[in-house]
Amino acid sequence: MSDDLDDLRAAMRAATPEPDAATRAAHLALARKNFDLIQGSRDTARPMSDGSKPGLWTGVKIMLNTLTSRAGLTATTAIVAVAFVALTPMRDVIVPGEAPGFDPAPAISAREAGGAADGTLRTVQEAPVEIAEDFIADTAPAAQRMSKTLAAPAAAPEPGQAMMPMPQPDMLMPSDATTEVFANADSNPLQITAETPVSTFSIDVDTASYAVLRNSLMQGRLPARDMVRVEELVNYFPYDYPAPAGDAPFQTTVSVAPTPWNADTRLVHIGIQGALPDIAERPPLNLVFLIDTSGSMNQPNKLPLLKQSFALMLGQLRDEDQVAIVTYAGSAGQVLEPTAASDRQTIMTALNRLDAGGSTAGQAGLQQAYATAAAMAQEGDVSRVILATDGDFNVGLSDPSALEEFIADKRRSGTYLSVLGFGRGNLDDATMQALAQNGNGQAAYIDTLAEAQKVLVDQLTGALFPIADDVKIQVEFNPATVAEYRLIGYETRALRREDFNNDTVDAGDIGAGHAVTALYEITPVGSPARLTDPLRYGAAPTGAIGDELGFLRLRYKAPGSETSRLIETEITTDMPAQGDTEFAAAIAGFGQLLRGGRYLGNWGYDEAIALASAGKGEDPYGYRTEAIQLMRLAQSLSAQ
Amino acid sequence: MRMNVTDEELAKAAARGDRAAFSTLLERCYDRMFHLAFRLTGSRAEAEDLTQDICAALPAKIVRFDGRARFTTWLYRVVVNAAHDRRRRQATHVRAADGWGSWEIARREADAETAERIDWLTVAMRGLPDDLRDTLALVLDEMTHAQAAEILGVSEGTVSWRISEAKQKLRTQRQEEDRA
Repeated sequence: MSDDLDDLRAAMRAATPEPDAATRAAHLALARKNFDLIQGSRDTARPMSDGSKPGLWTGVKIMLNTLTSRAGLTATTAIVAVAFVALTPMRDVIVPGEAPGFDPAPAISAREAGGAADGTLRTVQEAPVEIAEDFIADTAPAAQRMSKTLAAPAAAPEPGQAMMPMPQPDMLMPSDATTEVFANADSNPLQITAETPVSTFSIDVDTASYAVLRNSLMQGRLPARDMVRVEELVNYFPYDYPAPAGDAPFQTTVSVAPTPWNADTRLVHIGIQGALPDIAERPPLNLVFLIDTSGSMNQPNKLPLLKQSFALMLGQLRDEDQVAIVTYAGSAGQVLEPTAASDRQTIMTALNRLDAGGSTAGQAGLQQAYATAAAMAQEGDVSRVILATDGDFNVGLSDPSALEEFIADKRRSGTYLSVLGFGRGNLDDATMQALAQNGNGQAAYIDTLAEAQKVLVDQLTGALFPIADDVKIQVEFNPATVAEYRLIGYETRALRREDFNNDTVDAGDIGAGHAVTALYEITPVGSPARLTDPLRYGAAPTGAIGDELGFLRLRYKAPGSETSRLIETEITTDMPAQGDTEFAAAIAGFGQLLRGGRYLGNWGYDEAIALASAGKGEDPYGYRTEAIQLMRLAQSLSAQ
Repeated sequence: MRMNVTDEELAKAAARGDRAAFSTLLERCYDRMFHLAFRLTGSRAEAEDLTQDICAALPAKIVRFDGRARFTTWLYRVVVNAAHDRRRRQATHVRAADGWGSWEIARREADAETAERIDWLTVAMRGLPDDLRDTLALVLDEMTHAQAAEILGVSEGTVSWRISEAKQKLRTQRQEEDRA
């Protein structure tokens, strides 16, 4: 009896990792600090070192620790586990682990990436931000999130869960690399126009999926299929759509072009460009940073990167803007009172003082943030809570309906919510999306300082100033000209047909200068690419509008308005192709390749790379060049 | 200098406000605390957060250390209680996420990959009921049944029963997986 216990004991010893050196130091510092506070022994207290900035050497040590604990482990405990149940007849013990592409190596490169990011931080820190005036120029699709689109009803089976009886599926993770949950649904299937002529969805200007995908590829592994939301990849890039004229909040551009992966189908490219109101007259901003300071944030690519990112953003604020900081998973609560943005010194000091410290009080972080925002708000201001986390959403409200009501209520009262994800390993993409959607905000993932620059500096205006709420798109295809169609991406954004005209149904928002792109692949009537047979008894369509391909309806609400307005555009065959279709199509194709797309035929990475290169255009920020590099990377990885 | 001083003496000194004693004690016991936290939670991120909670609260608690129990016993009780609190909070949090995130959390195939990478024993332990898991974690941490009983506030017989129960469950689980 005690023998097998000894075996278990040995196994457990082997399975238990050593504490991370930097985290340990931070925790000890925290305990000492609290000890001093309680004892009031100020005479012996000395300044704390900032434990949240582990140097490169620490990074290397962490890396080595990870290597030994992870690589050694699975094997050791498995062996003991075998011994432990030696009584049972068994075939080979299958150690759950070592799935292809999921060996310990990626964890290491993650650490290296972390180290590199740290290096970058230093450099940038030395060169203060000088991106002053021209940040408006790039009005790319940043990220803004919508609301409850009931795309994938939750009852979906969860194959992974069947493996073991687990009381808390969300808590499934071993050491430091893994509680990630991604939101997605099956790829949109082919639709037969005669049966379902109408396609309805909510816009999506989120980009988190692209950054997460880049992070995966950079670590040398292909992203999981559910990580890839095609529309977020496409919307990551700025496109050269015509800007709206006059008072219109946005301009719709539709074009029809050949489909790169199928010569017999056509690609309908819908581009929506949001207006960029005069920046000089923008209303004052109230920003409340709600920052996760739980212990797991204490890694170079989390809290330190977050500080740097917010520092970049501060440079973009005006003197009349106000900033407050609230922490959660922290004992402190509000760590910076509402402070005018002109007082950079105070704000930066407060930011830099943050360390992953304090007890996980989890008390009402979100409530406090909103309360702070409400206290700051004055007539005409725009208020926004920016939640930054690595996946700990213990934000203080635990009753689901109360939380949903709470956020929705705050949304109606005019305070928006954005969610920024940091670091990998604990990332709860699904919850991030859900929170941001409920709060009419954006969800973005920040993995490098360059991404922070894009989200928080280049596209700050779009991210922070909404110009239209609840934007819904409905396309009706003409069965006389279009036999079949397929919406590429937007799986999680689908709306019911009747919800289009229902103003109480929430949808996505567009920020100042945002652009949104949607692509349909259509099969013209009579095309050899048609996958279904025409109906023998189908009614023969007639009429003057017989040669239109379809009709685009778009609904939106002016910010704060209760009733929607409608914009209508017909889609015809003779619409001119636009220059950006090639690149958008290449990215859409890339996304479909990563999702194992079944409509692409023999079209592969070579073609995607060639097409993207041909359609690269000016690319002033280098985003597209980077995408082509990622395609090459994915190509090599998928060839392995 | 303080190397030969026992944990209990350090703890009592710390309770009286001796900063250096507290610091030395913490250095000594941090790793043990973290290891136990890992066994109780089964994940590094969770263990780090739990340890942070404890470190933050320890200065207030140490004041009440009176030397009646062994320091390790006292400390482990603190850790186990903190783990209970955290679990309770998480349970409500998980329910919350299920409620309002349900349409987003539609597909969790990523979990399958996750699960595959997890060390078997760590996972299996998480599958145990909380009381069995806590008891097993303590006993695996070189605690005698008597010490575990003291920490958990139950009788020694209960500890022994839980241990055999836990082993039985692990064994059954293993068998089922092998058959599957």
